[in-house]
Amino acid sequence: MSNTSFISARRLLLWSGIVALCAWVLVPIYLVALGALGGRSGVYQWPKSILPTGVSLQPFFLFLKTEGVVQSFLNSLGAAGITVALSILLGAPAGYALARYNFRGKDSFRILVLLTRAFPLAILALPLTVSFIRLGLYDTVIGVGLIHTVLALPFAALVTQGIFLGVPRELEEAAWVFGCTRIQAFFKIVAPLALPGLVATAVFAFVISWNEVFAASVLTVRNRTLTAYLLTVLSESPMHYRFAGGLLLILPSVVFIFAVRRYLFAIWGISSK
Amino acid sequence: MTQNRSWIPYLLILPTVFFLGLLFIAPLVQTIWLAVSDNGMPSLANMRTMMIDINFGRSILNTFLLTLVVVPVQIAMALAMGTMVSKVNGGRETILWIWTIPLGISDLAAGMVWLSILQNTGYLNTLLFSMGLIERQTAWLTYQTPVALFVGIAVAEIWRGTAIVMIIIVAGLNQVPKEFKEAAEIFGASPWTRFTRITLPLIRPALQSALILRTVLAFEVFAVVYALGGRNFPVLVGEAYNWQNQNQNYSVAAAYAVLIMVISLIATLFYLKVIKVDPERLP
Amino acid sequence: MANIVIDSIRKDFGTFQALKEVSLTINDGEFVSLLGPSGCGKTTLLRIIAGLETGTSGDISVDGRSIVGLPPKDRGLAMVFQNYAVFPHMTVYENVAFGLRMQKADEARVKKQVEKAAALLHIEPNLGRYPNKLSGGQRQRVAVARALAVEPRVLLMDEPLSNLDALLRLEMRTELKTVLQAAGTTTIYVTHDQTEAMGLSDRIAVVHDGRIEQVGTPVEVYNHPATRFVGSFIGNPPMNFISMPVTAGHVAIGTKRFAVPAGSGDTILLGLRGETVERAPHGQGLEMQVRVAEPMGSHLLLTGSILGQAARVILPATETVRNGEMIGLTLDAKRLTWLSPDSGISYPAAA
Repeated sequence: MSNTSFISARRLLLWSGIVALCAWVLVPIYLVALGALGGRSGVYQWPKSILPTGVSLQPFFLFLKTEGVVQSFLNSLGAAGITVALSILLGAPAGYALARYNFRGKDSFRILVLLTRAFPLAILALPLTVSFIRLGLYDTVIGVGLIHTVLALPFAALVTQGIFLGVPRELEEAAWVFGCTRIQAFFKIVAPLALPGLVATAVFAFVISWNEVFAASVLTVRNRTLTAYLLTVLSESPMHYRFAGGLLLILPSVVFIFAVRRYLFAIWGISSK
Repeated sequence: MTQNRSWIPYLLILPTVFFLGLLFIAPLVQTIWLAVSDNGMPSLANMRTMMIDINFGRSILNTFLLTLVVVPVQIAMALAMGTMVSKVNGGRETILWIWTIPLGISDLAAGMVWLSILQNTGYLNTLLFSMGLIERQTAWLTYQTPVALFVGIAVAEIWRGTAIVMIIIVAGLNQVPKEFKEAAEIFGASPWTRFTRITLPLIRPALQSALILRTVLAFEVFAVVYALGGRNFPVLVGEAYNWQNQNQNYSVAAAYAVLIMVISLIATLFYLKVIKVDPERLP
Repeated sequence: MANIVIDSIRKDFGTFQALKEVSLTINDGEFVSLLGPSGCGKTTLLRIIAGLETGTSGDISVDGRSIVGLPPKDRGLAMVFQNYAVFPHMTVYENVAFGLRMQKADEARVKKQVEKAAALLHIEPNLGRYPNKLSGGQRQRVAVARALAVEPRVLLMDEPLSNLDALLRLEMRTELKTVLQAAGTTTIYVTHDQTEAMGLSDRIAVVHDGRIEQVGTPVEVYNHPATRFVGSFIGNPPMNFISMPVTAGHVAIGTKRFAVPAGSGDTILLGLRGETVERAPHGQGLEMQVRVAEPMGSHLLLTGSILGQAARVILPATETVRNGEMIGLTLDAKRLTWLSPDSGISYPAAA
């Protein structure tokens, strides 16, 4: 009897811990949403109410109408789109090569990819300013997409390697035996099986680009991404605009993370090897 | 089969090699050259400018303090989360999803989230006020309150950055067969002994990569600091940003970049050395 | 060394009853196998004894003292796991010493016990190595040595040989028997492999659908299965079950009449071990329609039907039978099992 109450006391402790940690994650997001939807009057309300009183979408729409917000939102989408496209198009073949072939220089290549982890990559945007100005890439969405690809590409190569390792080689060999060329076998057999993992990788590449602040701020002046825009107007914007900006940054990422939640652990299991 | 087609893998990795060469290796070399040269001649002038700057010492101190506080807390929290969730059957997926939400949140957004809590008319003051601990709105994020500002930034960083550590740790824990812990339990190991003598050694690879990743990221901390404290709390990357964008002095910015890279590299090598991962001794 | 009394252990997973009031007594120094197909509850029972799982109700006592509610470490037992669970980050020595060190034994005793266990299992040359360098069979030895080093009151083994290849399994089986006989430890051994259970055990408990169907020595369980399930699960080929009409307390087979146990109805189920028959002259004995005859070298295996019901029997290798031939079989009355066709439970063997 005392044994069961001991066990249930432990369960209670466990679940309190879990609930507390869930609240630790969720409550701040809820509060910033209140701030974003509460408008100017909400910011100066004192003391604050935890309940969503005086909340409407109006202040948030007002923020969206502020000059530069929509444009920077679109710029962020553009840079993230370039990052996704490039890191998958370049990274997936490299991942496939790592998964399926043994070749001289494979280890050196892996080291090159892993080396990127030891460096704060965004900082490399600093010297690029000069070359980008010369190449006409400075202050363009393409330029930001390129530097964000440096962040996402090593990740994509390592993760796709794991994904392709998960597609049994025998399936591909069977396709060759039954008359497929290598390229046909890849697109008919391997690609469909690897697709969910590739989509998840793409989503991560998107999130990496979407959230990047430093390089985007350094490399743009007028064509700011959303993060760069918010960073530069931070000091002169009113509080509720900052909260609205925070909410706008959070929403797409959270939706995407939700979409790939099933793959999070598989992917990080792979990429942390 | 593969011998006569040995060019295929090279063709496949070529784009990545080319791209990383152009946008990783080249800027890396460029940064280093920019930092240690002056008008095309090798020189330590930029380093000197960096070091005599009044924010230099403080930014180093702040960055290191932040890293030393944030990273261990994140690892500890991630281990606790991983242990907790392994004891749960129903609702595991949902719990893990909620805990990973901050993964999708940028440091800038995290700064704004915590700003809504820590600002003068924010929720922290409301809570303290309703508990009777303060009598009026109190400022926490100014340079007169360095400790509170530091704590606020650390909390925001811990809030945002724990998710990635948790994912790596949970992925590592999932690869440890439960029989190892059961065997230890049968042979008399207490829960704490099982954790320290069985679980921790077996998730070394995950611990190592989580530590490297998080430490490198911690030295890069910038936007969350900027969002909460503006320039009241100098950190290394923030200084690099100011030299680049405000002072338009690319060379000193590069000197900061090199400094950050050297610190990150040393940290990485330190972890590789201290947490040895021997594939012979893994499941 | 200890005796174990398992009393009405029950385990529910939601609405599924994994164990339905299982009782079993194991004597001091005895080797008992829990034998059954996968999912029958045998591993659950072992894990409840180990303390890795909690039974819904019932009691287990060792040497007369209940161990229910005690954590595994206080139960005085050791276990060998199916995948060995030999810690990869510790040397073989550290693995074998693990249990003793957890008991805070002094290093002199640890060393003595490790060396003793290592000698018993012939792993002395490997003591300084890491398990990943070792083959499956070697790791198996480490797991057994680790368990024996703590001199447990009870040794639990969960399918310890199932991850080994066939040849190695046979070798380890013989060796396990030698080692465990020398150690004299009370052992509970879970397996789905009937030949393992037969070869190793003092007694076998056949588990089916969360129940123990029969407990007995290998010979008892083989010759006198308590239920139809036991007969069909043990033996290769499995026991044949042939439904027969009963007239006036007898069954007529060929020219002979066999008395059946009292209390049977109009029909009875004959349990017939395939190797207990002999060939009868044509037109006599029990008729079998042979579909396939397979000479196995040591014997001749016949597959076909008896009274229209599928059957397999074994004749000496010297016999020759053609595919499709009709043959007669002589039965040995003392080696027949009679079962109720409704319940599948056998009637007590005639004295």
